[in-house]
Amino acid sequence: MALQSLDIKQRSATTTPSTHVRETIEIAKLIDVSACIGCKACQVACSEWNDIRDEVGNCHGVYDNPMDLSAKSWTVMRYTEVEQNNKLEWLIRKDGCMHCADPGCLKACPAPGAIIQYSNGIVDFHQENCIGCGYCVTGCPFNVPRISKEDSKAYKCSLCSDRVAVNQAPACAKACPTGAIQFGSKEDMKDYAAKRVTDLKERGYDQAGLYDPQGVGGTHVMYVLHHADKPNLYAGLPENPSISPLVSLWKGFAKPLATLALAGVALGSLFHYVTKGPNEVSKEIEDEIEAEDKEEAK
Amino acid sequence: MIRDPKDLKRYEPKERANHWVVGISFILLALSGLAFFHPAFFPLTQLFGGPTWARIIHPYLGVLMALSFLGLFIRFKHLNKMTPADKEWLAKAKNMVDGNDHDMPEQGKYNGGQKVMFWALAVCMLLMTVSGLFIWRAWFGFDITLVRLGAVVHAAAGAVMIALIMVHVYAAIWVKGTIRAMWYGTVTRAWAKQHHRGWYRQVTGK
Repeated sequence: MALQSLDIKQRSATTTPSTHVRETIEIAKLIDVSACIGCKACQVACSEWNDIRDEVGNCHGVYDNPMDLSAKSWTVMRYTEVEQNNKLEWLIRKDGCMHCADPGCLKACPAPGAIIQYSNGIVDFHQENCIGCGYCVTGCPFNVPRISKEDSKAYKCSLCSDRVAVNQAPACAKACPTGAIQFGSKEDMKDYAAKRVTDLKERGYDQAGLYDPQGVGGTHVMYVLHHADKPNLYAGLPENPSISPLVSLWKGFAKPLATLALAGVALGSLFHYVTKGPNEVSKEIEDEIEAEDKEEAK
Repeated sequence: MIRDPKDLKRYEPKERANHWVVGISFILLALSGLAFFHPAFFPLTQLFGGPTWARIIHPYLGVLMALSFLGLFIRFKHLNKMTPADKEWLAKAKNMVDGNDHDMPEQGKYNGGQKVMFWALAVCMLLMTVSGLFIWRAWFGFDITLVRLGAVVHAAAGAVMIALIMVHVYAAIWVKGTIRAMWYGTVTRAWAKQHHRGWYRQVTGK
């Protein structure tokens, strides 16, 4: 939920322009994986600010806790142990909504106004309009939205749209003790990332780079990765995410065409009736039957 | 005239009831399904008590339709086997549509067009049922690729099915004396002799 109403870039299941007289600058959250110590302050801050407490789970023998995103855990740290350059590396990635410029969730959503994209880039779910169909899950290339078992509505990270609307950084960025979560204009975040990448390269991470996947038009949550050539290392971060062609086909040009085709069949039938006339039983056959009846009656 | 004792019985009460269950569930499914198909139809959700109710009810109606359609399928399958006469009928269907049915080959209880409709609807129904289960999140959690495929197939087969049913309904309106078979099961002898002469001979022995 958010406060902005004049700077809406896109609205789900809406075919007319949304209110966009006010343009804001594009913002971004930059997660510097190389600076993350896995303390989970961001998880706690998220829970605190949004005032949602997930159920206390069980220890699964790994650091990941909770094990996955849920309707009540909008961000989770994912811990991966890998061997790179003959060294053990502990990769920790803060997972959550990427706030795509081309959001698959919004494209798939059938409920008007249940998903909003603001001109600042935030993709926000408005649960009061959500009907619980789960199409956003079907559309998302990052497997982020979760349907609540309590109210059947979809939930995910809002990038603290309520805080951003009043010029505050998201709660996770505010809480991060190492500066691994930076927040600002998308331009500034790219500049900051470039410096970090240079630094990492100097320290021997030749493939360090920024994760801002263009397949979804870029994202408003970006990562600095030490191994930008292998995003998969980071708990399966997709290499080149894009909206599935099946989803594009499902929600693309086929639907207006099919709608027109259906209207065509309905109107075609009407005009067939009007131009060709009904198919009545012929007088000839009716007379034949009548004659037979008379014959029998004799 | 409706109660002419010489009218021919075309459908048993059980068959008519079965058809109506399929018909009603189809109409409700089409209205609620279209609402999720394109935003232009979204207001149709109000007919179901709001969008969330429409989302909840739609798949259960789907189960009802799948089961009742299966009933119709079993009842009428053996009457819908394609024959050479059906193929001839189909080749000449254009004349029929143009309003000239004088040269049409003799047809049994169902003509070639009706049989094509029967099988096309059966295929659509199968696709709708399977793909519908893939995307029914309240009960199932299939692999994301299957869900995406299911969403595409469900939308496509649904659009085709709605078009087919429009043709089905229109054909019944167009051919006068047909709709009463759906209401009370009988047709006039003249109707049968004109449109389904093979069946007419079979039931009258003429």
